Amino acid sequence: MSSLNRTVTAEQINAVIADAYSQSNHLLHILYALQQQFLHISHEAVCKIASHLGLPISQVESVVEFYSFFYGTPRGSYNILLSNCTSCGYKAGGENLLHMLCHHLRVVAGKTRADGLVSVDETSCIGMCDHGAAMLVNGTPIPRLDAGKIMRIADLVETETPLANWPAEWFRIDDNIRNSSLLLKNDFAAGDGMRAMLARNIDGTLAEITQSELRGRGGAGFSTGMKWKFCREAQGAAHYVVCNADEGEPGTFKDRILLHSHADAVFEGMTVCAFVIGAEQGFLYLRGEYRYLLPQLQAVLAHRRELGLLGSSILGQPGFNFDIEIVVGAGAYICGEESALIESLEGKRGVPRNRPPFPVTHGYLGQPTVVNNVETFAAAAHIALRGSTWFRAVGTEKSAGSKILSVSGDCAAPGIYEYPFGVSIQQVLDDCGAKDVQAVQVGGPSGTLINPVKFNRKLGFEDLPTGGSFMVFGQGRDLLAIIVNFAHFFAHESCGFCTPCRVGTTLLKNGLDKIASGHGTPYDLDEMKRTGALVKRRSHCGLGQTAANPILDGLQRFPQIFEQRLAHRNFEPNFNLDEALEEARLITLRDDAEAHLEQEL
Amino acid sequence: MGEEANTITHNTIYIDGQPVTFEAGQTIMDAAFSAGVYIPHLCHRPGLTPHGSCKLCVVDIGSRGVSFHNSDRRVQTKFSVDIDGRSVSACTTPAVAGQQISNNTPALNEVRKTITQMLFIEGNHICPSCEKSGDCTLQAMAYHLGMLDGHFPQFFPRREVDASHPTVMLDRDRCILCELCVRASREVDGKNVFAIAGRGITAHLIVNSSSGKLVDSDLETNDMAAHICPVGAILIKEHGYEVPIGRRTFDLHQVGEIGLEKVILANGHGKYATPDDETRHARFPVPNPLPQAGEGANESLREFHVNVRHTDE
Amino acid sequence: MSKIRIATTSLAGCFGCHMSFLDMDERLVALLEHVELNRSPLTDIKHCGPCDIGLVEGGLCNTDNVHVLREFRDNCKILIAVGACAINGGVPAMRNHFTLRECLEEAFLNGVGVENPQIPNDVELPLLLDKVRPLHELVHVDYYLPGCPPSADEFLSVLGDLLEGREPALPKKLLHYD
Ligand SMILES: Cc1cc2nc3c(=O)[nH]c(=O)nc-3n(C[C@H](O)[C@H](O)[C@H](O)COP(=O)(O)O)c2cc1C
Ligand code: SF4
Ligand code: SF4
Ligand code: SF4
Ligand code: FES
Ligand code: FES
Repeated sequence: MSSLNRTVTAEQINAVIADAYSQSNHLLHILYALQQQFLHISHEAVCKIASHLGLPISQVESVVEFYSFFYGTPRGSYNILLSNCTSCGYKAGGENLLHMLCHHLRVVAGKTRADGLVSVDETSCIGMCDHGAAMLVNGTPIPRLDAGKIMRIADLVETETPLANWPAEWFRIDDNIRNSSLLLKNDFAAGDGMRAMLARNIDGTLAEITQSELRGRGGAGFSTGMKWKFCREAQGAAHYVVCNADEGEPGTFKDRILLHSHADAVFEGMTVCAFVIGAEQGFLYLRGEYRYLLPQLQAVLAHRRELGLLGSSILGQPGFNFDIEIVVGAGAYICGEESALIESLEGKRGVPRNRPPFPVTHGYLGQPTVVNNVETFAAAAHIALRGSTWFRAVGTEKSAGSKILSVSGDCAAPGIYEYPFGVSIQQVLDDCGAKDVQAVQVGGPSGTLINPVKFNRKLGFEDLPTGGSFMVFGQGRDLLAIIVNFAHFFAHESCGFCTPCRVGTTLLKNGLDKIASGHGTPYDLDEMKRTGALVKRRSHCGLGQTAANPILDGLQRFPQIFEQRLAHRNFEPNFNLDEALEEARLITLRDDAEAHLEQEL
Repeated sequence: MGEEANTITHNTIYIDGQPVTFEAGQTIMDAAFSAGVYIPHLCHRPGLTPHGSCKLCVVDIGSRGVSFHNSDRRVQTKFSVDIDGRSVSACTTPAVAGQQISNNTPALNEVRKTITQMLFIEGNHICPSCEKSGDCTLQAMAYHLGMLDGHFPQFFPRREVDASHPTVMLDRDRCILCELCVRASREVDGKNVFAIAGRGITAHLIVNSSSGKLVDSDLETNDMAAHICPVGAILIKEHGYEVPIGRRTFDLHQVGEIGLEKVILANGHGKYATPDDETRHARFPVPNPLPQAGEGANESLREFHVNVRHTDE
Repeated sequence: MSKIRIATTSLAGCFGCHMSFLDMDERLVALLEHVELNRSPLTDIKHCGPCDIGLVEGGLCNTDNVHVLREFRDNCKILIAVGACAINGGVPAMRNHFTLRECLEEAFLNGVGVENPQIPNDVELPLLLDKVRPLHELVHVDYYLPGCPPSADEFLSVLGDLLEGREPALPKKLLHYD
């Protein structure tokens, strides 16, 4: 099983490329196949892919280095990634499971063990937030981790037990639907929405979507009817439909449930959109963390083709041709941003484009493209079937319909809660059995941190818009540690394109680490405010523009959690003095008093 | 002002209150450039596809149709534009008739200074040992913005130097990821020599060749990509000290001069401008006489000291 | 009327900034009517007493630099980082490109012409920091005087401003980093 010192021949690389290419010519998929086979993507492999696909070597290389799940040096035969999310992360249960696993396996986090058997590292939220601490083993999620399971996993790895022989029960992932409204309560039979759509025809269908006042569920809340209309009117050689299933916002997992149990509605929504805008090709961009859903999603697509709901002359309509391809990402939160997603679809690094032009006129391959969230498409399918009045009957004036929330954190019943828009935070907290709540993070790290005096605020575009993440933090939680966690998340996920976010998110991370470790001063707090404000206002895309939110919200609403940690002096060094001498002590074998420095005097 | 308000044509924007005409399809930067208005920029070069990454060109746009009729109110509006306007990069944002744009304001220049400081501290900019010093647009920008220090803790990244090519040197320590070389190679030279790889703070420039080294790429000395780097990351070997410090581009010019791009590129090609005496003195100024400290100077120093302390806390 | 007391020191620098200070030439005479020098290589006073202004050249490369800079910060009301090395590490910080071990091995073991190769470890020697760092990462710095070295005019400009009780404002034409 050992991966190190295993020589890979050029023929082997070529064979894997050829095989992968015969199934999909997408760069991400070919890279995945190589990563699976050889546990890394060597520079030699990069050159071979480049010549096979006719791409510049540098483009392939840049993609390999951009995505977290591709590696330039070999990973272990068991590559274990523990989520570091505040809800499904390795510290969620109070113990540090990452340390524990590394200790049992005698491996350093991030480094492959010398025998090549195993590597352990952390990764951004993997969307298992309602299942406790969770990990990916060779890409497959194992939720509900605890200390006991970590020991057993270490044993299974040491005995080189194939993943297929690990207890099947460990891999079980539940929907955990706790509250249903429009989308989760009503049945949806494949094809029903499309038949209703055909009866209304294109204009009628677009009118129905527009009149439903459906707004995007991915966070920004743009009118879906308007988006489809703009795209339909845009000139282009081809039009495209893209479903954004990147669901990378920590604490969000509702798209996972929709894709797992309501995929027909999602695909049908995409097909309705294709009908309206005149697209023949659609893509579902699935985050790499949800790759385990791929076989069943492919099966749903195959079934829909059999039913004549995809393919050519759909439902017997001459000229109505449409099919959907699934493209799987590889660990990059920024690829949820729609223009970065399109770049990724085109086989590039996920760097957000300049806008305008917007994807509705210049999207995939420069052609008019609709990008919508999974939930938006599911809602569109239901609207096509049941009509706009049915949809608008629920929700508030500016926020029609329902919203699916992913509730996680310190509550009795984490899971999926679908409510009519306008529900209050307190209502959600009551329903999920959250007591002694210190704060709620609405919309994930990029959203808003709410303190208890504002629990009467309502979810909806007029008050608190949300992509669906709802993280509950009880009184026992170290809220500053949460904010530090979020700062690390953004620094890790910044795409690096623009200066304010590339440098600023790291400055914020470092500054917060200093404060959290008890070495911050009022000066450092001011620096956080100033840098945070600049990153928020001057960054290129939504990632940078929201990255400072947890810090700025925290400073405003929970100032005491920062102030408690401050050192009571005017200035503290920016580096650990004694640590800075460690290397010299090792080299000179000195340990006298003069070989040490006090951090402060 | 009222009269002008009525004559707002379909092709006028206002930069710091000054009307600037534009043609359809122009960005704010293009329009400013044609009108001789300087908007600071590092990753932009006319003729190449706008990039929008460095964010030196950030401007604030107020809402359209603000009141033009009362000059007093306009002043007020201008003020609120600074505070509340939408922030965009001028190099990528289309000019739209009636836009009220804040550009050369103390607040925006402070933001630009901070962004410049970020660019300095994320790399290794040791100007005294850099061949590009005096010809470097990043350095000139820092002078322009009055930057005295890097402000933030230095990152001191370890980045690779590539000296493999016979005539071109690549020192990534100084790369600011502006992608001018990437675009010049692609759009002007018709090659694809450079790209950015990685992400976040680890993003870095890579070379398109089987070894990843410059020598194995198809870069040639006369390529625009070999000359366009605004900093000392891509340098032509053996020409770095032909022009002495004190007679280099930014000893003779200010970064804010319009049309400087041509001068810079010409200098990059080894065709150096000859300094006239007046500009040369800019670098070696005639010394000022020592300010005469009058009675009580020490007291005012202490007063100042108190003020410094006060603002720090 | 007591004079303004100034202390100066060179940490991980090359004394270039001090030399440049002396480039004031005859203007030094005028300056010395208003200031007196405390600890400085120019006076050979070994420890800094209470001062109005501290001028520090060079960055931090070892424990001694740390102790001296702390002494300056404790004793000087206004601390000025002088020169490229003090402000961002400067030329000495080029060693940050390598690990400390690589530097020491190159200098004391593998370098050309090394005799009796061994890495010095006498307890009398200040221990080296892993990286050369600018002053403001250890203490609060009130003002920065860039340049390598800053010209005599720059020194005069900032000292003149301070003597007059003004917030120092370096004229842009004096600003340079090389
Ligand atoms: C950093 C970032 C990450 C995003 N991630 C997602 C995501 O995972 N899923 C999603 O639907 N939208 C995401 N978005 C929003 C998309 O850019 C886009 O607005 C959305 O997909 C549009 O679909 P909708 O109108 O149906 O909401 C993200 C935006 C940003 C800036
Ligand atoms: S804001 Fe961050 S994620 Fe967005 S473009 Fe800039 S660097 Fe990339
Ligand atoms: S590239 Fe410019 S800023 Fe950087 S070291 Fe060289 S001269 Fe200085
Ligand atoms: S090498 Fe120069 S031109 Fe190329 S990205 Fe870096 S700074 Fe820009
Ligand atoms: S010049 Fe506009 S972002 Fe760089
Ligand atoms: S010692 Fe003066 S600039 Fe380095």
